[in-house]
Amino acid sequence: MASAPSKLYADDVSLLVVLLDTNPFFWSTSSLPFSKFLSHVLAFLNSILVLNQLNEVVVIGTGYASCKYLYNSSSYSNHGLEDGRMPALCTRLLKNLEEFVIGDEQSIKEDPRGGTMSSLLSGSLSMALCHIQKVFRSGSLHPQPRILCLQGSPDGPEQYVAIMNAIFSAQRSMVPIDSCYIGSHNSAFLQQASYITGGVYLKPQQMDGLFQYLSTVFATDLHSRTFLQLPKSVGVDFRASCFCHKKTIDMGYVCSVCLSIFCKHHKKCSTCGSVFGETPVELDSVSKQKRKTPE
Amino acid sequence: MNNGENMRLNGEADEEDDDDDANGGLAAWERTYADDRSWEALQEDESGLLRPIDNKAIYHAQYRRRLRSLSSLATTARIQKGLIRYLYIIIDFSRAATEMDFRPSRMAVVAKHVEAFVREFFDQNPLSQIGLVTMKDGVAHWLTDLGGSPESHVKALMGKLECSGDASLQNGLELVHGYLNQIPSYGHREVLILYSALNSCDPGDIMETVQKCKTSKIRCSVIGLTAEIFICRHLCQETGGSYSVALDESHFKELLLEHAPPPPAIADSAMPNLIKMGFPQRAAESSIAICSCHKEAKVGGGYTCPRCKARVCELPTECRICGLTLISSPHLARSYHHLFPIIPFDEVTDKVLHDPRHQTPKVCFGCQESLMNPGNSPGIRVSCPKCKQHFCLDCDIYIHESLHNCPGCESFRRPKLATYDE
Ligand SMILES: [Zn+2]
Ligand SMILES: [Zn+2]
Ligand SMILES: [Zn+2]
Ligand SMILES: [Zn+2]
Ligand SMILES: [Zn+2]
Ligand SMILES: [Zn+2]
Repeated sequence: MASAPSKLYADDVSLLVVLLDTNPFFWSTSSLPFSKFLSHVLAFLNSILVLNQLNEVVVIGTGYASCKYLYNSSSYSNHGLEDGRMPALCTRLLKNLEEFVIGDEQSIKEDPRGGTMSSLLSGSLSMALCHIQKVFRSGSLHPQPRILCLQGSPDGPEQYVAIMNAIFSAQRSMVPIDSCYIGSHNSAFLQQASYITGGVYLKPQQMDGLFQYLSTVFATDLHSRTFLQLPKSVGVDFRASCFCHKKTIDMGYVCSVCLSIFCKHHKKCSTCGSVFGETPVELDSVSKQKRKTPE
Repeated sequence: MNNGENMRLNGEADEEDDDDDANGGLAAWERTYADDRSWEALQEDESGLLRPIDNKAIYHAQYRRRLRSLSSLATTARIQKGLIRYLYIIIDFSRAATEMDFRPSRMAVVAKHVEAFVREFFDQNPLSQIGLVTMKDGVAHWLTDLGGSPESHVKALMGKLECSGDASLQNGLELVHGYLNQIPSYGHREVLILYSALNSCDPGDIMETVQKCKTSKIRCSVIGLTAEIFICRHLCQETGGSYSVALDESHFKELLLEHAPPPPAIADSAMPNLIKMGFPQRAAESSIAICSCHKEAKVGGGYTCPRCKARVCELPTECRICGLTLISSPHLARSYHHLFPIIPFDEVTDKVLHDPRHQTPKVCFGCQESLMNPGNSPGIRVSCPKCKQHFCLDCDIYIHESLHNCPGCESFRRPKLATYDE
């Protein structure tokens, strides 16, 4: 299942799965209004469909309390203009998006005490990967899939394990995860996702030019990418989340049995139940006499 | 990445196949049939007609059985993932490895599965190290030093795919004994020999070498590709390893992968403890810094120790300045799906499907595939016991075997989660 498919199909046909962050907590604080953001994204998606008539676009909404498929270009014809005004992409997507956002806000009202500001990236990533597996199953002639995360919300450390699972599965199926992060700080999850899967991570500086960033960096198919000078990585935040408080840490204690990460010394591992000795081990104390490199 | 290596391997193997004159005298068209074994994909039906095997149903049934046995196993066995194992793989690339009883040749089959094994080994033992040694022309060749990067091992192995001469068990053991004897005592020393030949061409008394390995506490295991040999059995018995002989390719793969989890004897003796570790950040591609390991100025890449801010080139390692063990957190995270396995999905019964009070979803929650039969009646599907979403059988397999997340559970914020924060 997980093995990568053969590459018999044309290498410049793309399936772009866009994960659209609709988290109302983020958009209510963002300097870029959601409607402006949407007009950039719609123009970008239209340009993908125009670049090659075989290209496909799937949009999944990443909400605060739910995730949902919003649009799939292969189920509607995008030829011509519906009732003479707007292409199907806009009408369909906007209609589904509106329903989704209203439903999502409804569930926030039902459970208002959440302290976290993150959106459910792990859910939309998992759905995107399931969809891409379906495309792989459809036979040897299929477009080259990639995932683009349009994310603004901060990372939700409680999703750490789920997001890492999704990243490794994407890596095994050779699906790159591109990220365009429009929040205020960098996203460690998306930096790792793009680094591990060979995608591009970008944090645009000028929000007014979002369309230009999207179309120059993320519009090219995977084959043409090899000829481009894409933005270089500005580093990857490899910090982990501790299992005890879901806090992001750069140093911690690791259980030798199950490799769970903790931010401070515990007597017992909460994941596997192992009981530890009093003092934590630093491996270096023994490896001082490390062997010399043999000739 | 993985695929690329595979394809290259197959490509080389094919070339080798073509060049080989000792191909049993088969014509090219005969060989394509012999290689494909297309007759194995057929079965006879009641009326005696040949039909292709219905793979999908069989595959799904097999998978459900595997899933059940796995989930019962997971509750009983506790595997020590933090063990530090130092494993040398000695591969026999003597003349015997050109034999074609394995398709396309023993060498190609061994190389292909060693590649898979190396990756699986690091998934299961992220803190351990592997080294590769080959035996040919009566001597042992050192291929890679002990290291923690699967890519460098796979690359070195694929670059050296040729066989000749005789195998020498003693030379191989002497070589790795020299390396393994020097590693610190907290590491577990292991050797895995993949042996094609039926003989060993040794310069001295191999019994002495076996005793040397025993006193150095090196656990030696052998997987044979031909038949049982006395000296291999003796070696494994003396050093506490396991000896097995592969019947065919899938059996070989199975035997090899059995060596990926730590041997039970080692796992039981190790005390659980907490290891202090640092998770360094990767520096920007354009940054310039002097690394502490090679003492050279380097542009881009590299990692910064979170405690003393020294730069190192590779992970995992220990900081040369402050001694902190440095590891990339994704390295650890690869094994986390074993800790938080997702429960098997339940098959949705016909009764529930045809109950008018239940709303049955028309599409798979994961991939949007239609779950309806051609006649617009609800088709076969599974559902997650936690989130109650319905999934198609293909997604079921993908979710449990590769993704390790339930898209349904991940897509709904449960009120419980909110209490986790702060
Ligand atoms: Zn903690
Ligand atoms: Zn533990
Ligand atoms: Zn260096
Ligand atoms: Zn340091
Ligand atoms: Zn599905
Ligand atoms: Zn679920």
